[in-house]
Amino acid sequence: MCRLNAYSQAKQDSTVNKSPYIINSTPKQDSTHFNPRKMRLDEINFVTSYYSQNGDHSAVTGGIGTEKVTDIANGLDLNFVWTNHNNNKNTLALGLGFDYHTAASQAYVSKTGASSPSGTRIYPSADWTVENSKTGNTFGVGAYLSNEYNYKSLGADVHYSVKTDNKNGEFSVKLQGYFDNVRLIYPSDLMPATTVITNNYGDHGNDGHRDNFGTSPRKTYNASFAYSQIINSRLQIAFLADVVGQNGLLSLPFHRVYFSNGSDAIEKLPSSRFKLPVGFRANYFLGDNIILRSYYRYYADSWGVRSSTANLEVVYKVSPFFSISPFYRYYTQTAARYFSPYEEASPTQQYFTSNYEYADFHSQFFGVGFRVAPPKGVFGWQGLHELEIRYGHYAQSTDLVSNVISLDLGFK
Amino acid sequence: MVISFASCANVKEYQKSRINDSEMALSNRKVEKNELNFQSYREAASGANAGKTGGGCGCN
Repeated sequence: MCRLNAYSQAKQDSTVNKSPYIINSTPKQDSTHFNPRKMRLDEINFVTSYYSQNGDHSAVTGGIGTEKVTDIANGLDLNFVWTNHNNNKNTLALGLGFDYHTAASQAYVSKTGASSPSGTRIYPSADWTVENSKTGNTFGVGAYLSNEYNYKSLGADVHYSVKTDNKNGEFSVKLQGYFDNVRLIYPSDLMPATTVITNNYGDHGNDGHRDNFGTSPRKTYNASFAYSQIINSRLQIAFLADVVGQNGLLSLPFHRVYFSNGSDAIEKLPSSRFKLPVGFRANYFLGDNIILRSYYRYYADSWGVRSSTANLEVVYKVSPFFSISPFYRYYTQTAARYFSPYEEASPTQQYFTSNYEYADFHSQFFGVGFRVAPPKGVFGWQGLHELEIRYGHYAQSTDLVSNVISLDLGFK
Repeated sequence: MVISFASCANVKEYQKSRINDSEMALSNRKVEKNELNFQSYREAASGANAGKTGGGCGCN
């Protein structure tokens, strides 16, 4: 209802910018008009994806071997809103994600290929944000948890945003910390003598319930900064920058490396890493029915990786309620100084990996998205206000290829 | 730079019908969430896109 009201308001006022395609827009609410309100469920979002990948450079088998992966990822987000006595808008966002994957290389944690090739991940999250009704400034805190068999992550953040006086610019900052634990699961052929094999990642299949793998911590601290600005009635831009520091076990103990002299070992990487990505977004409304969404990022880190990412999406509004969005993304990176392909690392190196995530490569990702958001609801169902489907094909110059299809359902 | 932008742009609320279109948002689409995840796991670079920069293994 508020979407329709907002549209009516926009329609009355915007004689200069009148467009037949703005009925589908979701204008930002004027926070000065909030009335005190009890908590209510404002929106539900469900996103599900199917991801399929193939390649021949698995890190588990030292840079050779299958990288076949399938992953089904599901996420449910609930947004509750209410206003307090100052008419400030509060939003509580609760999320729950559940993934199931199969990874052929995972079976080769065991030398014989007997390890379990599948796994699950569950990741709940919560975020509370309060928005000042007069200034539009926001403050919030969030928490995040991710749990899978060999990896646990606990995260928290605090975020703040402030708008310029004319509300056309906004500066935001977010401070995040992730406190992870990596379970020390070694390849069966490189396992330290003190480790007892008792679970389905070891040689003995599913016959055990006791282990002494132990864990090792990994910490990530991140400060994100963004400034967005409306340039004119058709163009808005944003500058983005993150400063990221990591320390702890940044390698994975079940990644093998084969040296040039025929010997092998598990991956070894430095215990700290500093990352500096900076990005720029520009979105432009061209004519009455085309939106250009562009993005560029430059990335550098202390391991020697340098990367550029460019993305362009062209949204074509077939009707006010239906849009088609082809997109193209190009990515390129230089190799980390510790990367070597299979049997090319020197045994005298201090750090070494054959994980192709750190190789020199470029990739292309392209596909198309469809979005339906009629005012009377999708398929005439008022509660389902938005449906989005997106397909993408990804290809790396390392010969890794993947396909992903995603569905987003938005309920109000 | 921030001061410069703030002083030169003054788009009124009634002129924001296009800017306020949901597909003009300066953020990732919700439907992109899992794409961003797999990209951050398959590529060394991450961040500066309102996505994750830590947490989760992406081991496979």
